[in-house]
Amino acid sequence: MYRILTRKQLNENVTMIEVEAPQIAKKALAGQFVILRTNEHGERIPLTVAGTDKERGTVTVIFQVVGRTTMELDLKKEGDRLADFVGPLGNPTDLTGVRRAIVVGGGVGCAIALPVARRLKELGAEVCSVIGFRNRGLVILEDEFSAVSDTLIVTTDDGSYGEKGNVCVPLKRFLDRGTYDAVFAIGPLVMMKYVALTARPYGVKTVASMNPIMIDGTGMCGCCRVTVDGKMRFACVDGPDFDAQKIDFDEAIGRLKTYETFEAEAREKHCNLYKKEIK
Amino acid sequence: MMFNKRETKYPMPVQEPLVRNKNFNEVCLGYDAETAKLEAQRCLHCKNSPCVNGCPVSIMIPDFIAAIAAGEFGEAYEVISQNSMLPAVCGRVCPQERQCEKLCVRAIKGEAVAIGRLERFAADYHAIHAGKTERPASNGHKVAVVGSGPAGLACAGDLARLGYEVTVFEALHEAGGVLAYGIPAFRLPKEIVRREVENLMELGVKFEMNSVVGRLYTVEELKESGFEAIFLGTGAGLPRFMGIKGENAKGVFSANEYLTRANLMRAYEEDSKTPVYRGKNVAVVGGGNVAMDAARTAKRLGAEKVFIVYRRGKEELPARGEEIEHAMEEEVEFRLLTDPVEILTDAENNVVAMKCVETVLGEPDASGRRKPVAKAGSEFEIAVDCVIMALGTSPNPLVKQTTVGLETNARGGIVADENGKTSLDGVFAGGDAVTGSATVILAMGAGKRVARSIDEYIRNKIS
Repeated sequence: MYRILTRKQLNENVTMIEVEAPQIAKKALAGQFVILRTNEHGERIPLTVAGTDKERGTVTVIFQVVGRTTMELDLKKEGDRLADFVGPLGNPTDLTGVRRAIVVGGGVGCAIALPVARRLKELGAEVCSVIGFRNRGLVILEDEFSAVSDTLIVTTDDGSYGEKGNVCVPLKRFLDRGTYDAVFAIGPLVMMKYVALTARPYGVKTVASMNPIMIDGTGMCGCCRVTVDGKMRFACVDGPDFDAQKIDFDEAIGRLKTYETFEAEAREKHCNLYKKEIK
Repeated sequence: MMFNKRETKYPMPVQEPLVRNKNFNEVCLGYDAETAKLEAQRCLHCKNSPCVNGCPVSIMIPDFIAAIAAGEFGEAYEVISQNSMLPAVCGRVCPQERQCEKLCVRAIKGEAVAIGRLERFAADYHAIHAGKTERPASNGHKVAVVGSGPAGLACAGDLARLGYEVTVFEALHEAGGVLAYGIPAFRLPKEIVRREVENLMELGVKFEMNSVVGRLYTVEELKESGFEAIFLGTGAGLPRFMGIKGENAKGVFSANEYLTRANLMRAYEEDSKTPVYRGKNVAVVGGGNVAMDAARTAKRLGAEKVFIVYRRGKEELPARGEEIEHAMEEEVEFRLLTDPVEILTDAENNVVAMKCVETVLGEPDASGRRKPVAKAGSEFEIAVDCVIMALGTSPNPLVKQTTVGLETNARGGIVADENGKTSLDGVFAGGDAVTGSATVILAMGAGKRVARSIDEYIRNKIS
């Protein structure tokens, strides 16, 4: 179990792996996540399911190399196994009654936005997608989004590809020109915060997918707590999707930095190992 | 038999307080055979055995103690294991002073017989000297146990002995539930938990790790796949918070998170990949065993000052007496009759202090304990950079959320009768999932009771 069947580098920092996990493949729906450990002494990290193949019994996850654990994961080759792969966790994204939607993905968050767009398309909804990246080299999943979207806008911060600027500009354009049932925002917290602010005057339902620090993913550790509408909620059992207009994003941004120093040290230490291994 | 008139317990050999508060090795080292015999000889063998009435699983205490006094250590273990699945665990973590030892006649003048220490001795002796457990013949009936904590392990063990084919589903990557993620190694070494799990494997129990029932399989699907009965021992995993300002600041943790990082993820080891927040001055809010565990863990992770902040007094502390003593010896400071009202933060939302009020105890509240009342104008601050909330836990909501027709009460506990029967046919529950957070021994007792009930249920179905 938990064998990596295929591995594909999507850009210099982002990798896609397809993992053998037939029972999870049977169950996972858009918006749900898994928790994995690369080896017996590894950290437990949550990653959102980017896709499943029930026939092959596989679950696809896409990750960005940010710290020690994702570096280790990135060193795994096709045929290698993961120590643990638990899921599907969290509640699936609620798509009921959504006929016209805007899906906004940012960076590696596009990996999570894609199954939402795909599922909406399958349900017969009209899907407008906006996916944003820092520059041309970081663009991922454009063809996949294109296949499931009625309209697709790609933005880059530096204008090296697609439209120059951030995702909120085309989002506002869509909202000015039409009426939508929902906006789904998946990406960095700062992006989701601004998507919520942009959408607010239009009164459109805005959903953000939170990806906080987690350990167990079953409601036990409480470290994934987020404040929504003034109340404490756990992303793993109450989310990960919440009403973006009610999330305290600033608090969430702060909480994500809890282990920053530790991670920086681990990365530093591990980067050197990593370099050695590459030689 | 020799009667030993000594009025006090033979002391438990321990690691020195200021040495052990820097390591994660077990604090209590256990009696040697000679001391165990001498301690066992303190037992009066009262006619009506009051101690047995104090034991949630009715271990035949005088019998096992007599066996130890006679040097029949293997026999002592056999006596205990008729009623207890996890003697090596319970001998270490049971609140004996509120159970068996509370009723010991020797405690009237002097100290009770050290029943817990003797139980531990018998279990540890067995672990070293016993042979392999024999696997009973299968009766062909399949039972699923959800959760591998004390309730699940006890239920699985008893059913396996009766010949059932038991599969335990565990959400985490290691079996043991709270024994694995919660209770720290310095109180319960992890090899003891592993040994208990291995014993069950020898009995034929299968373990499926990384299996979150409710998500990966629903209870309904387990039934459809051939399990004739299902035991839900999903525990009380959901941590409670106070609802005060600043609780989501950086540096505030649930005891579950803090202890899971330290225990299950071994964050205390030098090369661990799991980060843990090493606070310099740490406040632990709460007065139970979990609070003591968190405080002592913080000390071991290098904190300079660690405070237990509890809104009632010393008498009301719910933790085991031994844990409170050990925490004090390890230089954990107790701020009793103190209630936090706010966690203060800097501009980056890091914890810098905790604002508290002093309390006085008023009339008993619904829990029967005296209600703490804030003293007017008594506000003060404790300078801390880390706050750990150890306020108890609520039953895990996952199975409830995903099982149609499973009745739960207002506190989220699964509704079950004394035999563990729930609102669904063939679905049983026990332990913290039903009662809310309690003790290892009560959960184990529930698991055993439900095992009998499941056996009866399946027998009735086939006859």
